[in-house]
Amino acid sequence: MTMIVKKTTQLIAGLIFLYGIYVIIHGHLTPGGGFAGGVIIAGSFILLILAFGSDFLRLTREEAGSTLYENLAILIVVFLAVSGLLATGKIFFLNWIPKGTPGELVSAGILPLYNIFVGIEVAASVLTIFLALVIFKEELAE
Amino acid sequence: MNPLIPLFVAIPLSGAFIDMILGRFIKGFSRYFTPVIILALASMSIYSAATAGTNPSVYYVGGWEPVKGIPVGICMVMDGFSVLMLCIINIVGFLSAFYSISYIKRFTSDNFYYALFCLMTAGMNGVVLSGDLFNIFVFLEISVISAYALVAFGVEKNELEASFKYQVLGSLASFFILAGIALIYWKTKTLNIADIRETLKPGYDRPFYIFVELLILSGFGIKAAIIPFHAWLPDAHSSAPSPISAMLSGVLIKAAGIYLIIRLFFNLFEINESVAVLITTLGALSMVIGVFLAIGQWDIKRLLAYHSISQMGYVVLSVGMGMILISRGVRHEIAMLAIAGGLYHLVNHAAFKGLLFLNAGAIEYTLGTRDLKEMGGLGKSMPATSATSFIASMSISGIPPFNGFFSKIIIIIAAVMARFYFLAFLAILVSIITLASFLKFQRYAFYNREDAKVEKGIKEVPFPMVFSMVIMSLLCIILSLLAFPGIRDAILTPATDILTDPAKYKDLVIGI
Repeated sequence: MTMIVKKTTQLIAGLIFLYGIYVIIHGHLTPGGGFAGGVIIAGSFILLILAFGSDFLRLTREEAGSTLYENLAILIVVFLAVSGLLATGKIFFLNWIPKGTPGELVSAGILPLYNIFVGIEVAASVLTIFLALVIFKEELAE
Repeated sequence: MNPLIPLFVAIPLSGAFIDMILGRFIKGFSRYFTPVIILALASMSIYSAATAGTNPSVYYVGGWEPVKGIPVGICMVMDGFSVLMLCIINIVGFLSAFYSISYIKRFTSDNFYYALFCLMTAGMNGVVLSGDLFNIFVFLEISVISAYALVAFGVEKNELEASFKYQVLGSLASFFILAGIALIYWKTKTLNIADIRETLKPGYDRPFYIFVELLILSGFGIKAAIIPFHAWLPDAHSSAPSPISAMLSGVLIKAAGIYLIIRLFFNLFEINESVAVLITTLGALSMVIGVFLAIGQWDIKRLLAYHSISQMGYVVLSVGMGMILISRGVRHEIAMLAIAGGLYHLVNHAAFKGLLFLNAGAIEYTLGTRDLKEMGGLGKSMPATSATSFIASMSISGIPPFNGFFSKIIIIIAAVMARFYFLAFLAILVSIITLASFLKFQRYAFYNREDAKVEKGIKEVPFPMVFSMVIMSLLCIILSLLAFPGIRDAILTPATDILTDPAKYKDLVIGI
C-alpha cells in the first residue's frame, strides 16, 4: 500500500479501537454492546493488517494468540454464568452483583462483565477467522 | 429447581475451552481430561434417570419465573423422555471418548478433536433439555456445526466431500427449521413449547398449521436422515473417524432429529391424522429402502450407515402408529405400547449401532481398510472385537436374548394389535434382511478366510478400545431387561406418559 494509506490507517486505527472499547463498556446503557464493540475492535486490527500487508505481523503467531484469547474469554463467560449458580443458591445466569443506580456507568450488576468478555471473545474470533483465511491463501500460493 | 440441569450444558462447554487452553501447554491433557468430564456427565445422567423419571423438574434460567402463567425467560425441562436421551448421549459419549484415547493417535491436532467433541455433547445435552423453541435451534446448530467439522477431520478428499454435502443439506434443514420457528413466532408471539401449544389451540388456522408442520418435519427429517432426505448420511457417517461415527449414528441423528420430531409433534402440535399417516409412511419407507440399500454394500461403515437409516425407520414407524391411534382416539393402551416400543428401539439402537461402529473402527485401525472383500479370518486374531461384534450383529438383527429382539417384538406386537398387518409384515421382512446382511458382515470380516495373507502380525486392539467395546456389548445384553414390566414402568413409562399427555407437560412448564 502507499504511504498515504499507511499513515491514515495509523492515525485512525487507534481511534477505531477506542470507539470499540467505548461501545463495549457502555453496552448496558446505550445501543450496541459486546458483539458490536468486539467487531469494531477486530476491524481496527484487520485494517492494520490490510494496510501493512501480511508480512507486517507474524500472522501464524498472531493467530495462536488470538485463539488463546478467544478461548479464555468464552471460558470466563461460562464461569460468570456458573458463578450465579455458586454464589446465591441454585440459579444459573443469575445477576447476583448489586445493581447500583440505573444510568450510571458502573451499574446493572453482572451485565457489564458479560459485555466485556463477550467483546473480547468476538474481537478475537473475528480476527481469528480473518487470519485463518489469510494464512490459508498464503499456504495455497506456495 | 434442580441445579444439575444447567450443568449438563455448562460442564462440557467449559471442558471444550479448557481442552483448547491447557491442551496447548500440557501434552496429552485433553486426551485424558475429556473422558473424565463426560464420565461425570454420564453418572449425573444416570442419577437423574433414577430421580427425575418419576419426578420431572423445570429450570428457569436466570431465575425468571413465569408471570401469571406466561413464561418470560428461557426454561429447561427435565422429564422422562429428556432423561432417557441424556443417558444415551452421555454414556455413548463417554465410551466413544475413552475409545478415542488410542484411536485418535493417528491424527494430528487432537486438541481440536476433543474440543469439538465436547461442544457436540454440550449441544446435544442442550437440545434435549431445552423447553424453548429458539433455544433448541441454537443448541442444534452448536452440535451440528461441530459435527460438520468432525466429519471433515481426516481432511482427505472423501472426508471433505462428505462434510461439504452434509453442510449443504444441513444448512437447508436449518433454514426450514428456522422458517418454521419464525412462522410459529409470528402467529403465537411466544417461543415456549408449552405456551405455543396453549396459544395455537383456539384459533386453529389449518392450512397455516399444516404448512408449519411440513416445514418442521422436513427440516428435522433431513437432520434425522429419514429416507427421502437421507443422501448425506452414508457419506458423512462412513468418512468420519470411527468414534465420531458412533456418536453421529448412535446419538446425533436421534438427539437432533428423531427426538425433536417426537417431542414437537406430540407436545407442540395437536396430533392430526394426515400428518400421522405421513410420518408412518416415511418411517416404513426408510425402514424398507434403507435395508435394501444396505445389503449390497461392501464398505463396512457404509453398510452400517444404511442400517442406521433402516433402524431409525423402525422408530419413526412405531411412533407414527401410536400417533395414528391417538388421533383416531381409539385404543390408547396400544398407542402407548407402540410409542414405548419406538423409544425402546431408540435406546437399543444407540447401544448396538455405537458398538458396531466401534468394531468397524477397530478393524480399520488394525487392517487400514474398510472393504469387506479384503478382510477375513480376523476371528482368531481379534477375539474381543469378534465376540462383541457378534453380539451387536445379533442384537440389530433381532435375535433373542439380545435387546434388539425385545424392542422389535414390541413394535411388531403393537402393529398386529392395532391391525396394521402390512406394517407388521414389513417389520419382520426387514428384520430378516438385516440378519442376512449382518451374517455377510460376520462371515467376510471374521470367518471367511483362513489363509495367511491377513494373518501376519495382527493382534487385538489396545485396552481403551477393547474396554469401550466390551462395556457396549454388556449394555446390549443388560438393556433387554427394559422389556420386563417393573423396569419398563420405571424408565420407559414416564417418557411415554409425558408425550401422550400434553396437559401434563404444560402444567409442568407453566404451572397452574
